[in-house]
Amino acid sequence: MSELTKLTLAEARDKLRSKEVSATELTQAFIDAIDASNAEINAYVLTTPELALQQAKESDKRLQSGSTRPLEGLPLGNKDLYCTEGVRTTACSKILGDFTPTYESTVGANLWNAGAVMLGKLNCDEFAMGSSNETSAFGPVVSPWRRKKDGKLTTDKLVPGGSSGGSSAAVSADLCLAATATDTGGSIRQPAALTGTVGIKPTYGRCSRWGIVAFASSLDQAGPIAKTVRDAAIMLRAMASHDKKDSTSVDTPVPDYEASLTQGLKGLRVGVPKEYRVEGMSKEIDKLWQEGIAWLKAAGATIHDISLPHTKYALPAYYIVAPAEASSNLARYDGVRYGLRVPGKDLIDTYENTRASGFGKEVRRRILIGTYVLSAGYYDAYYLKAQKVRTLIKRDFDDAWKSVDVVLTPTTPSPAFGFGEKTGDPIAMYLEDIFTVTVNMAGLPGISVPAGLSSEGTPLGLQLIGKPFDEATLFRAAQAIEDAAGRFVVPDRWWEGAGKPEAKRKTGSKSK
Amino acid sequence: MRVDETTVRRIARLARIKISDAEAKGLEGELSGILNWVEQLDAVDTASVEPMTRVVPIELTKRADVVNDGEIADEVIKNAPMVEDHYFVVPKVVE
Repeated sequence: MSELTKLTLAEARDKLRSKEVSATELTQAFIDAIDASNAEINAYVLTTPELALQQAKESDKRLQSGSTRPLEGLPLGNKDLYCTEGVRTTACSKILGDFTPTYESTVGANLWNAGAVMLGKLNCDEFAMGSSNETSAFGPVVSPWRRKKDGKLTTDKLVPGGSSGGSSAAVSADLCLAATATDTGGSIRQPAALTGTVGIKPTYGRCSRWGIVAFASSLDQAGPIAKTVRDAAIMLRAMASHDKKDSTSVDTPVPDYEASLTQGLKGLRVGVPKEYRVEGMSKEIDKLWQEGIAWLKAAGATIHDISLPHTKYALPAYYIVAPAEASSNLARYDGVRYGLRVPGKDLIDTYENTRASGFGKEVRRRILIGTYVLSAGYYDAYYLKAQKVRTLIKRDFDDAWKSVDVVLTPTTPSPAFGFGEKTGDPIAMYLEDIFTVTVNMAGLPGISVPAGLSSEGTPLGLQLIGKPFDEATLFRAAQAIEDAAGRFVVPDRWWEGAGKPEAKRKTGSKSK
Repeated sequence: MRVDETTVRRIARLARIKISDAEAKGLEGELSGILNWVEQLDAVDTASVEPMTRVVPIELTKRADVVNDGEIADEVIKNAPMVEDHYFVVPKVVE
């Protein structure tokens, strides 16, 4: 397997600019790696090698002529929630069928205009609803990480987190340099934490949501998953922009995040919220948190105990707001204008048949919950109540920002789990988002950075939460954690060259 | 809140999702479980709290009231499961 795929985005950028490698060589290395490994990992639901090589060719021309763009020739994966012009987009749901957009998402267009190369579309939970990538119509994604038992690696299949599980798995298995992702309740940060990658959900409004399949519009944000803090900083700068086509996107300058990485932490005030020490939190997570505190202190930050009293209400409030907005957003899938149609005896019967067979179990469950809480007589008791609690959650943070600049917490309550371990109990799965969901409810930026390994040898992440539009400070603090903790790469590359790709391709998988 | 089978069927009808008898039974328990769990919000005093309408305090921008799109009927119907000329085709609604 080519060593080129193991490069970070920043390293690859340097090699392209110094003409040590060409964009075509780099892109071909990833195409080969995906061909050899995707049947094992199932990270890509569609590959676009012709398009990628065409983009790489253009990049090589520009690298030669000196008209180099910020992401020139860098191969990326694109979550299948992002609409891609002329390339099938499904949100990993059967209901979208072979939907092929006639437009490109704004964030995607920003990346391609910056010179990036698209390798293909990445797997995710159906409509981004899930925390393990097990609800995808294309089947689950296998994490490249394996856990140890009695000092030996097992072959248990672990989840790469969700909903951006294809993104986190592809980045950690070196099947792209970095990937796009989306985060409604933790869908960038939780998969990043479970795979030893860096994921940032920017402030609500930092990235345009236009052309990204909507889940819960007041919570959804686009962001990257990458190998390092620097790579994530490079990606976010290219993805972010003000967009007239998204009235919630904010017209504010996008700083050079990479420049902030070297500014050090002297004088940075870090808050540690007592409410995140939840019942049943494992000892190793607590130990990791204490280590993170010590690292930031050693880097020059000061540590402050803070209180975010409404933390425990964030998750139940989220599971009212998110399904309510989802039930409205997903009403558009009616079998008339695009996607699947299952004919019935009349129009309503057609709607009902189409939606029953097109949506998976978790999506149906959330639409029903959302429909219930918005239905006549229940709106005030559920939806309005949850939006009031949301005001209180945001107020907690507004108070905290009077005394601290960032907040440090664990990203997840536990390390990666195995296939099927949490699928039987929806609430057990929902609890995966307990530390990440407050950030979406308050519209704040949050980054997950790898910080250690569990007793099973699988990655664990720490989360930094920042003030609105202060992603630069998050990158700076995350860099200090990465400097202290080091990078976490998968020790055993079992997914590579396990046989000819043709022989391994699973039936029923629609990936190329 | 205990959701009974009648309520499950009413909600599924509102959501335009067909459910089988077996599914309706299962959903009774699942939806009740989730609704019971979210009811912990009752413990929060929100009597004098405004509901959140947007997380970032920005003015909603307005664009000029002019036609800035159109003449793309081919694109609009491109992904439709059934079309005739530039129309979506659905089962007969009016007798």
